Amino acid sequence: MSSVLYDAQGPRAKQRNILLTGVFLVAAAAVLWWVYASLSDKGQLDWEKWKPFFSGTEAWTTYILPGLKNTLIAAALSMLIALPLGAVLGIARLSDHRWVRVPVGAVVEFFRAIPVLILMIFGLALYSEYSSVSSDDRPLYAVVTGLVLYNASVLAEIVRAGILSLPKGQTEAAHAIGLRKTQTMVSILLPQAVTAMLPAIVSQLVVVVKDTALGGAVLTFPELLASANTMSGYYGANTIASFTVVAVIFVALNFSLTTFAGWLEKRLRNRKKSSGAVLSADDASLQGAAGTTV
Amino acid sequence: MFDFLEGYDLLGAFWVTVQLTLLSAVGSLVWGTVLTAMRVGPVPLLRGFATGYVNVVRNIPLTVIILFTSLGLSQTLGVSLGAHDFDTINFRLAVLGLIAYTSAFVCEALRSGINTVPVGQAEAARAIGLSFTQVLSLVVLPQAFRAVVGPLTNVLIALTKNTTVAAAIGVAEAATLMKKMIENEAQLILISAVFAFGFVCLTLPTGMVLGWVGKKVAVKR
Repeated sequence: MSSVLYDAQGPRAKQRNILLTGVFLVAAAAVLWWVYASLSDKGQLDWEKWKPFFSGTEAWTTYILPGLKNTLIAAALSMLIALPLGAVLGIARLSDHRWVRVPVGAVVEFFRAIPVLILMIFGLALYSEYSSVSSDDRPLYAVVTGLVLYNASVLAEIVRAGILSLPKGQTEAAHAIGLRKTQTMVSILLPQAVTAMLPAIVSQLVVVVKDTALGGAVLTFPELLASANTMSGYYGANTIASFTVVAVIFVALNFSLTTFAGWLEKRLRNRKKSSGAVLSADDASLQGAAGTTV
Repeated sequence: MFDFLEGYDLLGAFWVTVQLTLLSAVGSLVWGTVLTAMRVGPVPLLRGFATGYVNVVRNIPLTVIILFTSLGLSQTLGVSLGAHDFDTINFRLAVLGLIAYTSAFVCEALRSGINTVPVGQAEAARAIGLSFTQVLSLVVLPQAFRAVVGPLTNVLIALTKNTTVAAAIGVAEAATLMKKMIENEAQLILISAVFAFGFVCLTLPTGMVLGWVGKKVAVKR
């Protein structure tokens, strides 16, 4: 038996398991039948509704791939800007100077406490009132702004946790050979912290990819979810089919990122026997990075 | 200075946010616990179902789920969740979507909490002849819950912020009102500051109070 929670099963437990499995199967079958019946009742299972995705490439080249491209662009841009910003904020929060540490701490806590959508709506209005960004580009700018502000502060916490997780001897040794504070940070602590943080950073990418969908639903940013909407309009209200395809793409994308993060974490844990610090997304959230699960 | 607030039901919008949060929190705690029980239980089929559910739902954007409840479940399949007017239907759909999504994270948190319970506890419970249900509900889960107050607080704070996604299907909560006010009033910075302040008021005390509770109830080992 793999679990410590229950014993190897005797005849009665086996019977009960079979009964439970049966009950679950019946319930699942009932739900599936209801879904199937109401779907085919509304004509959502007709081949017509699913055909665009399986025969011909029009649906993919006109709707899905451009949408996916925008999703990936927004996510990549946000991450590229948020990473250095988060590193700076995270290091500043560890500063010896009170006048640096306290304001930066306030900024980080503030942006973590506010929903990304609120930041995005603010960004959109900000660009339309106070900048010359063309109205086509505004949604992308707003989405990236919202994601950067939020994720930079989450990454700041990850960086901080990463640096704090390093053994104290590293800093002491660096000081002993005469390195200054900046040198210690740049050439000793940060490189090790980055390796320790890699899995948490990859997991944060999943959050970023998921949050781009907000831009599609509320800010008219033409990303993957938004393309599902226009698509289902174009192909005669194939809502279920469009949403299923889009959801499958999101799951495939994020699941591969999650798996990669898990693999990376395991590999780093095995490799780094000496200083031993590896942060997973869970560690980071346990150390107080609130809302890493958004 | 704040006369732009007149004519808008600011408190009402935040009250809807609070309602969405509390209802979804209770719902996802229940469903998340059930999922956890399935995931660590002896029945292979239930274990597979719960694992699959958590892995799939965690990787779908909440926006897709919420939008699907409205466009797919309600408008295409005609699910109305026992409500008759448009606003109530959307509110209930949003709660349903939030529960479906958040419970996956509750399940993950609880499962990590079960791992903090020493193996000897479960072994001792089995040794005195308790069944799986009894081991889980009398010995393991109570300790696991006390260990995961911190992570669950993070989930609750995330949920509070996630309720803004209900704006995508037009539930009259804070983000919806903010969008409307920014369109009508020329007070961008002030309006945003008011809403930011509102969310800070909702999330920071939650974190502090539950952080204190978490320390208080944690099992000292």
